[in-house]
Amino acid sequence: MTRINTRDELIALRKKCIAAEKREKRKILVCAGTGCVSGGSLNIYAALKEKMAKEGIACEVELAADPHEDVVGLKKSGCHGFCEMGPLVRIEPEGWLYTKVKVEDVDEIVASSIQEGKPVERLAYKQNGVIYEKQEDIPFYQKQTRKVLEDCGRIDADSILEYLGIGGYRAFEKALFDMEPADIVKEISDSNLRGRGGGGFAAGTKWSQVARQKTTPKYIVCNGDEGDPGAFMDRSVMEGDPHRMLEGMMIAGIACGANDGYIYVRAEYPMAVARLRTAIAQAEELGLLGENILGSGFSFRMHINRGAGAFVCGEGSALTASIEGKRGMPRVKPPRTVEHGLFDKPTVLNNVETFANVAPILLNGADWYKSIGPEKSPGTKAFALTGNIQNTGLIEVPMGTTLREVIFDIGGGIRGGKKFKAVQIGGPSGGCLTKEHLDLPLDFDSLKKAGAIIGSGGLVVMDEDTCMVEVARFFMHFTQNESCGKCVPCREGTKRMLEILERIVNGEGREGDIELLEELADTVTNTALCGLGKTAAGPVVSTIKYFRDEYEAHIREKRCPAGACQKLKRFTIDPEKCRGCSKCARNCPVNAISGEVRKPFVIDGSKCIKCGACKDNCAFGAVKEG
Amino acid sequence: MMKEYMLIDKIPVPIEGEKNILALVQKAGIDMPTFCYYSELSVYGACRMCMVEDDRGNMHAACSTPPKAGMSVVTNSARLRKYRKNILELLLANHCRDCTTCEKSESCRLKELARRFYIEDVRFPNGKTEPERDESSVCISIDHSKCILCGDCVRMCNEVQNVGAISFVGRGSKMEVGTAFKVPIANTQCVGCGQCSAVCPTGAIVVQKNVTRTWEAIYDPNTVVVAQIAPAVRAGVAKELGEENGVIAAGKIFAAMRRMGFNHVYDTTTGADLTVTEEAAEFLERLKDDGPFPMFTSCCPAWIRYAENKHPELMPNISTCRSPMQMFGSVIKEYFEHNEKTAGKRIFSVAVMPCTAKKYEAIRPEFKRPDGTDTIDAIITTQELIQMIHEAGIDFKNISPESSSMPFGGTSGAGVIFGVTGGVTEAVLRNVEPDKTYSALQQIAMSGVRGLEGVKETTYQVGDQELKIAVVSGLGNAEKLIRKVQSGEAFYHLIEVMACPRGCIAGAGQPFARSREKAERAKNLYTTDNMTQIKRSESNPAIDEIYAKYIGRKAHSLLHVHYKVKKK
Repeated sequence: MTRINTRDELIALRKKCIAAEKREKRKILVCAGTGCVSGGSLNIYAALKEKMAKEGIACEVELAADPHEDVVGLKKSGCHGFCEMGPLVRIEPEGWLYTKVKVEDVDEIVASSIQEGKPVERLAYKQNGVIYEKQEDIPFYQKQTRKVLEDCGRIDADSILEYLGIGGYRAFEKALFDMEPADIVKEISDSNLRGRGGGGFAAGTKWSQVARQKTTPKYIVCNGDEGDPGAFMDRSVMEGDPHRMLEGMMIAGIACGANDGYIYVRAEYPMAVARLRTAIAQAEELGLLGENILGSGFSFRMHINRGAGAFVCGEGSALTASIEGKRGMPRVKPPRTVEHGLFDKPTVLNNVETFANVAPILLNGADWYKSIGPEKSPGTKAFALTGNIQNTGLIEVPMGTTLREVIFDIGGGIRGGKKFKAVQIGGPSGGCLTKEHLDLPLDFDSLKKAGAIIGSGGLVVMDEDTCMVEVARFFMHFTQNESCGKCVPCREGTKRMLEILERIVNGEGREGDIELLEELADTVTNTALCGLGKTAAGPVVSTIKYFRDEYEAHIREKRCPAGACQKLKRFTIDPEKCRGCSKCARNCPVNAISGEVRKPFVIDGSKCIKCGACKDNCAFGAVKEG
Repeated sequence: MMKEYMLIDKIPVPIEGEKNILALVQKAGIDMPTFCYYSELSVYGACRMCMVEDDRGNMHAACSTPPKAGMSVVTNSARLRKYRKNILELLLANHCRDCTTCEKSESCRLKELARRFYIEDVRFPNGKTEPERDESSVCISIDHSKCILCGDCVRMCNEVQNVGAISFVGRGSKMEVGTAFKVPIANTQCVGCGQCSAVCPTGAIVVQKNVTRTWEAIYDPNTVVVAQIAPAVRAGVAKELGEENGVIAAGKIFAAMRRMGFNHVYDTTTGADLTVTEEAAEFLERLKDDGPFPMFTSCCPAWIRYAENKHPELMPNISTCRSPMQMFGSVIKEYFEHNEKTAGKRIFSVAVMPCTAKKYEAIRPEFKRPDGTDTIDAIITTQELIQMIHEAGIDFKNISPESSSMPFGGTSGAGVIFGVTGGVTEAVLRNVEPDKTYSALQQIAMSGVRGLEGVKETTYQVGDQELKIAVVSGLGNAEKLIRKVQSGEAFYHLIEVMACPRGCIAGAGQPFARSREKAERAKNLYTTDNMTQIKRSESNPAIDEIYAKYIGRKAHSLLHVHYKVKKK
């Protein structure tokens, strides 16, 4: 790649890339997101490459700047989102999607899809007896509106040329040459784009506050420290479409007068780091990053900082402290980050998804953006769908989509035909929503009213077998482990709440524990220093609110209504069904079962360690658990 | 301009440049509960005790919220009370509550607030029942089981002192104040200044005690116990013992110590006069030889250790004079060992100091005497002295003041002001200034060496020589000045460094004091100077006597030291 020095050269190169893209008669996109890679997708990619070479099929693994006819593009793409079904392989232009692909399937894929032009039906997704050959027809995708993730899974994330081939860096070009910084800020403000990191703060307001600061230098910081358990929206963008996020940051740089961008990525995302490094290197090589970009006089440098995996470093002031090499600990505010942020300078701090929204807003206008979803919280939102749901994976829907649509239409409902119980939204800072909230529109304001938050977009779906006290305990364990330890209510309060929750699930709960939990939750929520602490009690408060009876059953009856808490499990023998064969007694490791042969046996609850060996070994289904 | 007001508990309070609501609340006459707000340190906002509630029921931490005109907050409400009680309860649940044997019991902030908010019951199991001590340092003792993680010590060590021996280790409920890689504190760059203990609201960091060792020496009939009392001590006992006049306080201390059984009690001021004499001579020598400059003072052991750790390249610039305590200690042992009255007895030399770093200085190998014994055998801080006076049951208020023992009885005003930042410099100037008139004394006093600011820069004309002088207190300030000197931005002939902000009067061995009390201690020493007839060290008759009668040709070896410079 040679450096491009002018706007015209960028336009010319982009044209070439678009043309090259079009002339690939067929494309094989092998998902190289973290999920599919761990499922072996890179081996499939290698096998495809080998097979095509053997068959003498002209194969292009890198988009050639000089287009040539009739080649098959073989690409490692970003995450397609349908991780449940990975490894995934997509064939274009037809849009066939092959699921759970193995290396052994490669020959057939090449023979039928590439050589004969036919789909491999057995690899297509099937649901309720219907075979979905095309990716777009699959219900999981049908209800989605992919804007931010539009090109995730469509292009090779390691190639800036591919990004140019889909019209990349047009918004940056527009911002650089056709717009005044104030216009850019205005466009973002008008679009009502709200930060996707959790708080939902208006991005335009933040940008304008930084733009207004007289102090220089200023910094653009991207928060890629996605720490919610089970959330991977930002990771997918960084891995699958890194240039899009870079473009958003660069535009913010123009708008706010900053010349340095810092990306803070968790070290647990090695692939995201690698792809971002590649993307930055390529942008630098092309002259899209660096000094005097395209002769405009504007310079922008991009830096990557890896976080050591502390959840609290997602908090703005802890994040900037961590970049500065200090202990990642939130500080008191004011001063706010927009005035005294990174290195004590004015700083725009947005998360990955927010920056990924910037380019399309600039290209299509604020009105276009506002036409998606509700006016006050427009646009789309990516969610990581996990838990007891049919289709786990990464999805994107317009804000305002209901929980029902997400869980039942896109997610395919609860796994194993079980009943829906609740969904934990917003990660450890969020809260749980129940059946009554299924028709609640998912947007910042509606969720806040219901006592939950969108957060960064983690959605953990729970079925009837889930114990809600255990859910609260799980998230509290996470939060107290991730508390930085600075302020008393968060450090000590979460520890004590966890202590109480642990004793409740262990059957040692006491009368008054629920009230004590509520009291602590109130104190921590209202007195903690930072967002992590202020929201730490969310899961406890919402589970008590909606499932108080479950807490009470644990405490008073020493019973787990969902039958999930190990320590509260009770095994009994149904005397009607027991034939007195003594097999259970012989298999009991602690001699808790006694009885006379041919007469019903009995389990001594005080000795039983709830291992379930009796139940597993009973041929008559006489051992009952619950 | 119209004054702006904020409503605190419905009372209008004018906003006059206060940076936070807490300052305004204090101005309104409310003693706001807080653990981590210490006006001399940066705002940390961690204890969350100082929350206030606004009109809309929102909570704000008063320490970190700027005042806003027209804003109305209350400092006491049902919710605030509940939150504060909860926070205290949470802290108590994680605190080793052995209050009856805790030395901080009387001045523990946690205990004070727990009583104030009437915490009757702690509903959580106590996680800290056993002490978790680090006793490796001779200066301070750390007990993690009493730490409430307010971070005052960490900010003091890092922000004010630039030492960085301690920081937070671990996170969440496993967080503690500790050293890098959890090595014992003695193996870190800790300089022993003890300022961490001076800001600690609980008994988590306290001063190491030499009380028992001293009593044992007193009880031993074959031991002669000789004590010297540093200048700042007399200004530090006021709050605890009720004597505010420095001259009288010194006299009462001498009397009380004799009652306790100390055989001889001297005033370190005499040592200070020796130091001035030696240091002035060294300074004049350097002026003649053109350097090396700047010459740093050497009285402060924490400063010496700081320089050894962080600036070994500066060691040749530091005066070779021993500190007043060590000079006087050398003279004392020399005198008593050659005195027929005490021949054959063990000489136990005790120094009563406002300082914790002295405890380290006392065991430094450089001060070992030829027979292998230490020059000083025990350091008693002002706090420990007060404890011993209490222990002995002495009615300090009514005891008649006495003079110090003979010989070495004379003192000078120059020696007394050693206890406050700028004092050493002023004393040296009194010596090198050839004009010995009263007006010259006043001129020196007005030259800019006085005042409690952290950094003072001034010039003083001696003959045709213009002396450039800097006086710093606080090691962070020293570091800034060193950088200025090393970058060539500034030049000084003499730099006085005291590790503790404001000098020895605010040493960590002194009882706890707030800013105002520290200023009073400084004033106290200057008043004592005013009331002393002899103003200049060289005019102290004891000095001539010491040189002529007791140390003679040994003067240099007894009064100077050459620290072994560690290679970096």
